[in-house]
Amino acid sequence: MRITLFVPCFMNAMYPQAGMSMVTVLERLGHSVDYHQDIFCCGQPAFNAGYWDEARLVAAPVVEKLFADSSDAIVIGSGSCGAMLKVFYRDLFANTPLASQAIAVGDRTWEFSDFLVSKLGVTDVGARFPGKVTFHDGCHGLRELRVKQQPRSLLAHVKDLELVEMGESETCCGFGGTFSAKFPAISTAMGENKCASAAETDADYIVSNDSSCLMQIQGILDRQKEPRKKPRKTLHLAEVLAHQ
Amino acid sequence: MNTEKENILRRVREALTVPAPHPGHHHHAAANGADEPISHWLPQVGAGFDAQADLFARNSVQLKSTFHLLENEAAASAKLAEIARAGAWKRVASHGDGARGPATRAMVSSLGLPALWTDAGYDVREMEQCDAGISECEALVAQTGSVLVTGRSSGGRALSVLPPHHVVLARRDQLIADLPAAFALLEQRYAAGYPSFISFITGPSRTGDIERILVLGAHGPKALTILCW
Amino acid sequence: MAAASLFSRQFKTDSKRVAADLRHRGLIRTALTKYEAARDLNKAAFQDWQGARQAAAERKWEAINHLDRHLESFAAKLEARGTKVHWASTAAQARQIFLDILREKGARSIIKSKAMTAEEIHLNDALEKAGYSVVESDLGEYIVQLRNEAPYHIVFPAMHLTRGEISALFAEKLGTPPTDNPEDLTMIARRVLRDKYITADVGITGANFAVAETGMVSITENEGNARLTAALPRTMITLLGIEKIVPKLSDLALFLPMLATAGAGQAITGYNSMYGGPRQPGETDGPEEYHVVLIDNGRTHLLADPEQRDALHCIRCGACLNVCPIYRNVGGHSYGTTYSGPIGSVITPHLRGLQDWKHLSQASSLCGACTDACPVKIDLHHHLLQNRRNAMSAKPTWWERLAFRGFAFIANRALFLNRLMPFARFAQKWFHWIVKGGPLDPARVWTETRELPPIAPATFTDLWRARQRARRHTPEAAR
Repeated sequence: MRITLFVPCFMNAMYPQAGMSMVTVLERLGHSVDYHQDIFCCGQPAFNAGYWDEARLVAAPVVEKLFADSSDAIVIGSGSCGAMLKVFYRDLFANTPLASQAIAVGDRTWEFSDFLVSKLGVTDVGARFPGKVTFHDGCHGLRELRVKQQPRSLLAHVKDLELVEMGESETCCGFGGTFSAKFPAISTAMGENKCASAAETDADYIVSNDSSCLMQIQGILDRQKEPRKKPRKTLHLAEVLAHQ
Repeated sequence: MNTEKENILRRVREALTVPAPHPGHHHHAAANGADEPISHWLPQVGAGFDAQADLFARNSVQLKSTFHLLENEAAASAKLAEIARAGAWKRVASHGDGARGPATRAMVSSLGLPALWTDAGYDVREMEQCDAGISECEALVAQTGSVLVTGRSSGGRALSVLPPHHVVLARRDQLIADLPAAFALLEQRYAAGYPSFISFITGPSRTGDIERILVLGAHGPKALTILCW
Repeated sequence: MAAASLFSRQFKTDSKRVAADLRHRGLIRTALTKYEAARDLNKAAFQDWQGARQAAAERKWEAINHLDRHLESFAAKLEARGTKVHWASTAAQARQIFLDILREKGARSIIKSKAMTAEEIHLNDALEKAGYSVVESDLGEYIVQLRNEAPYHIVFPAMHLTRGEISALFAEKLGTPPTDNPEDLTMIARRVLRDKYITADVGITGANFAVAETGMVSITENEGNARLTAALPRTMITLLGIEKIVPKLSDLALFLPMLATAGAGQAITGYNSMYGGPRQPGETDGPEEYHVVLIDNGRTHLLADPEQRDALHCIRCGACLNVCPIYRNVGGHSYGTTYSGPIGSVITPHLRGLQDWKHLSQASSLCGACTDACPVKIDLHHHLLQNRRNAMSAKPTWWERLAFRGFAFIANRALFLNRLMPFARFAQKWFHWIVKGGPLDPARVWTETRELPPIAPATFTDLWRARQRARRHTPEAAR
């Protein structure tokens, strides 16, 4: 298949290795990957803040470029950006000239783990990752895109990986975009709860399909400086799957 | 008051000129036959008396109400006397105007205790002195372990809630399956003129307001006993 | 604008304080963990919980989208049984209706069962100012009334208090000996309130549902205090919002167990009672007079918004509060208004003003747990987004808008942006550490409590380009 990779702004600037890991995995499975260097952001920050006109300034070119894109599928390594394209572009572009194009783009877009499992029918990507891992369900992926089982099916087939579930895997980590900056005290409390739940599993790695969640969780872990022989680390699902 | 009624209804009508989408429309709808009878979604109830009595009994245990399934009226009478002795009752309240009025009167009178009868009105302070309120009921609901009472059939509004021990006298044929059946029964019996008070009693009075810890007898009865024969 | 700042400033201050309160965090976590276990058990007992949600949502859709017809039926049926039905457009009108009834009846002693709508219109305050004493009979409400506090949660008014605090409260206000035992504490309240029930001449209740078909008010409770309030006093008054309508009596077979499961983790609550009038001929007791006060107070404003009309489907179960991570961390009082949690954040702008209350819609990560939990499928978290959009459309914050326009300018020039990255990297590495976490740090809202990740040495775009270059020069690598 010819796949267009959509790399969210966070991933581009701060976690490029997660993006490259997606490329590695998709190519390992025999597909060709393309990437639009001129697409940076899906437009969610302005959208979430209520500035839909400003959000359209960013999202409209994205819709136009991706509509013109002739690949077989668009794959995003983020539940929240995936939700933006698949779910919220409908609302953002309702009653505008780009309405049907936005829906078409959304219909061709897949969150990474959902693409592998539901579209390609693949659960074993030939990965090996020794370590104890717990999975954090990013809210947008979980509740807007119904991604729950897919990452777990993939992780179950990673050699030498031990998957443990945390009690609060589905509880929001507290990032929420601009929420983390506007209400930092609440955001931090939520993040602390998430880290505490992960600590109960004694996992070495907290894995998620959303790098913005990982940024929040890692940010709190680093500040907490937990006295642990091996510091707990966050990792994107793609990085685990790319590992051999 | 009429003016405000008209104002409110006018605003409502104006607001409703623009239709709102049906539920479940947003992105992942899940409309699976919402016209089906409510019983289809609620917890399952087996068919037949034995299964339903068993379910009612199990619910009662969980609710901390006491359910006695008895052979006949004599056994029920004996059980009632036993409960009265165990509770050291000195005074009871009851009603003789239910569907089985004379039989209930007889059973309560056979306790040999002073009794307050709610039939023709009563003094609340006197009822407050009673150790138990003994009433009939409309039905027993297996699905939830509930007792259905009304102000017309069960001795009024206070009898089943003011005294600290509520005893229900029920017949086997009053056991019904579930909540939808209970409402169907009410409609069938009272559509021509509903009582002003209907209640589903499920267990003794309870509260979890203090640290979510269960305490019985918050305001209503601390004990609920159902005698069924 | 000054008033808006006041409400949102109060929220920011209170929420910040409570969010850092680890004792509060632990208390709420314990309370809600018990609830969750019970709720999941009872949900699982349903043959089809999701089907039940859809059915409940559709019945509420019918109720609200034909509200005029149903309200008329409701009132007519009640009146046919001798009930006096009153209509109030505003909170002030509703309060006046109560005062008129109380004056006319020469009321001396008032007992009240739980009613969020009464909180909404500040009824107790108004009655007390007029010289009446009102006693709250629900244990949790009684406790917060003694403390002069608002209820903490729609369903569990005293969730935030320990038994020790309640014991101290009773010792102080009632002169009772201190006790650590919840049962003893409950019995103290039972004894105190007993006399009030018997001597009260007016009983005031709220309502959970209003049955249009048969003209009945349905009240859900566990303690029995509402039943006593409806049984003993000579005058009974029920206050309810116009949105409480359910079309048919048989609908309660669905709503009563769903309310109990979602709201309290019970299969069904202890007492579910329907009231259709004062004492009828042939009935042995009950109030001589029954008044039902229907209140609008902004509900028709919400009704007129077809996008958010389903917020009126709310059955006030509190499930959304229970699952909301924001609510759990900031508690009910921080919201500073009657209805807290996600539903409160959605409807308060409609009831009390969008610009004044938009901050509650902003204080959310939009996780969507509320929408999943709602037994009547209200699209709660999307309504929060819509409130944000509506607030910003009407009154954008100039610098925010400018910032997003600036962001759009840069984001649409991704290649140029990529070339700015080395500067950002440099600034972060060489300058940020100096100001990090302190007052001069532009990222202070983050770095006060969290570490910022470093901007990567090469962006994805950089890595991609390098890879593409390598493949062009070595065709074998580009398999």
